[in-house]
Amino acid sequence: MATGHKSSSADIDLRALRRSMRRSQRRDNARSLLLIAPLLVFVLVTFAIPIFQMLTRSVDNSVVPETLPLTVEVIGSWEPADSADLPPEEVYRAFVADIQVAADARRHTVLGSRLNYEMPGIASKFRQLGRAVDDWDLEADGPFKDLLISENEAWADPVVWRTIRNYSGNYTTGYFANAVDYQLTEDGFEKRPEAESIYVMLFMRTIKMSLIITFTCFALGYPVAWLLANSSDRYANLMLILVLLPFWTSLLVRTSAWKVLLQNKGIINESLLSIGVINEPLPLMYNQFATIVAMTHILLPFMILPLYSVMKTIPPVHVRAAKSLGANGFTAFRRVYFPESTPGIGAGAILVFILAVGYYITPEIVGGRTGIFISNRIAYNISSSLNWGLAAALGTILLVAVLILYWIYDRIVGIDNMKLG
Amino acid sequence: MSFPAYTTVPQKIWHYGLRVFCGLVFFYLIGPILAIIPLSFSSGTYFTYTEDMLRLSPSGFSLEHYRDALTNPEWTDSIWNSVRIAFPATAFAVSLGTLASIGLARKRLPGRRLLMATLISPMIVPLIISALGMFFFYSSLGNFLQDTLGFSKDTSEYIKIVLAHAVLGVPFVVITVTSTLIGFDASLTQASASMGAGPVRTFFKVQLPLILPGVISGALFAFITSFDEVVVVIIIGSQQVQTLPWQMFVGLREQISLTILAMATMLVGVASILLVFLELMRRRSERIRGLSRT
Repeated sequence: MATGHKSSSADIDLRALRRSMRRSQRRDNARSLLLIAPLLVFVLVTFAIPIFQMLTRSVDNSVVPETLPLTVEVIGSWEPADSADLPPEEVYRAFVADIQVAADARRHTVLGSRLNYEMPGIASKFRQLGRAVDDWDLEADGPFKDLLISENEAWADPVVWRTIRNYSGNYTTGYFANAVDYQLTEDGFEKRPEAESIYVMLFMRTIKMSLIITFTCFALGYPVAWLLANSSDRYANLMLILVLLPFWTSLLVRTSAWKVLLQNKGIINESLLSIGVINEPLPLMYNQFATIVAMTHILLPFMILPLYSVMKTIPPVHVRAAKSLGANGFTAFRRVYFPESTPGIGAGAILVFILAVGYYITPEIVGGRTGIFISNRIAYNISSSLNWGLAAALGTILLVAVLILYWIYDRIVGIDNMKLG
Repeated sequence: MSFPAYTTVPQKIWHYGLRVFCGLVFFYLIGPILAIIPLSFSSGTYFTYTEDMLRLSPSGFSLEHYRDALTNPEWTDSIWNSVRIAFPATAFAVSLGTLASIGLARKRLPGRRLLMATLISPMIVPLIISALGMFFFYSSLGNFLQDTLGFSKDTSEYIKIVLAHAVLGVPFVVITVTSTLIGFDASLTQASASMGAGPVRTFFKVQLPLILPGVISGALFAFITSFDEVVVVIIIGSQQVQTLPWQMFVGLREQISLTILAMATMLVGVASILLVFLELMRRRSERIRGLSRT
């Protein structure tokens, strides 16, 4: 009895204690969240949400239904009988009505450039049509089928109408299809002709070259990290400076250095020519070789530093113990040291690979035509060809790949444990 | 280096071989950077060593590219643009980032991993994709700044780049400051509170001095991120904000003059100063946190 009484009073105390603990934890949580909130809002508004919106652009097709509301409504019920079949008069009439409204708001050119991605050359037809429809009267000037065709032959091309029909929805998979060298036709997806297919090739090249760069970084970085970890503090610090100086030097500086070294009249070619090893300059610049050499140089510190920080924690007695148990140098390394250093290899390799896959500046400067990456093509689609939907689709694919790799990185190292410098 | 008596010949070869290999790797790391320094003093106009330079004749050398870098308005404006963007962007990233890191230091915070992942996402997402997302966001923000708030085009372009660079610098501040806070002794703030200091006073008098090394190296990373950033400037910027990296990027693509190399040499100098400074910070941090005996 006595013990039961005692324990229930302890229960009450415990419950009160738990309650007050929870209250204080909630208060602490609220205080922490309050401190995080300003930064979180800033990152969400100026970064995370814009990236997300960019992703939605890769499937966004609203310009077609918004500019051609009447056409979209009637064109769906037109089932092309054969490949030469043209839509009925009501579609043409709705189209003219839509273009009249759009031309007043100057939106027909936007539509023209949107459809130009699917049918190169159609943008100018839309511009001409925008000027022509101004004089037409919807009530008096029919039938519009003949009128349109007499204005421009393009409107007698069934492909134009079938394309508008295919792209009449609010969303499209067309950009993603383009991003993997397919195009959306009335029969579903169709592979693009070989001459126009570049994106799959570019993705493959980006992955292949990033793998090569990662491997070279590993091959060059592993011995250096070992030496750093197994030297006295004084020498290690000195050698670390040689790794950190490039790390802190501007990317543009390092890229210009490689341009100076590798070009035809560059330092390497001139010196080889002057000592007579070669008779004409080697093609070192504007190719994959240049991209690999320059990017390995730029990313090498990202391999050495994580390797070094892991190797520093490996007790040298382990290898000594293995040797005293009869292992020779190589076996001790292979069976004891190397396995213990694998977390560093994983961290360094994934970090280098992720950075390499998204690189833009260095391939752009030294890569020429054969040494560029998918990033360069994304930039081209943003600023030169203005095909933002395609840029967004390519960007989405790249981003998903990088996020998967980061997830793996988080598994191996933990993003929390990421260290800099 | 003296070897123990039992060292075999292959072991000696291995020992020296490894050091020669590492020496070559160090040469690969440093050589290219050193190679541009003499070239920046060339009196010629091409990206290559001239005969006069190789003979060390004084006529082969000049400071004209430095003069150009420091007087030509194209270059001086770009330096000024980079500086006036990097400082406010860093200040913004550091102030918000430090506050958030103190919040994140609480290990048991619900959703901590997700919050952390969101805050360092600007570092994870490849720059070209960040630039792509920002491109759409900032063109509408630019319109808003100009049309609704009545800012001039110059000012709105400037604000856009500062904000974009600030967000890119945030992850570095968060990572360095939270990793400093891991070694932070929580009883110090409790002691401060028990002696009557409010949270603000505790922050400035107790926490900040102790985490200052982390804050400063985070600030340096954020500063360098902004100062060295070119992709976002190319994609979302315009004529108003031609920064130094932008100028170098365009110059490299078109190969205009050796002034780039003069500028590059000066930047190597800046990097060396930064490196020394960071090393001093690291030693101070280890000393005051009692991680090192010296």
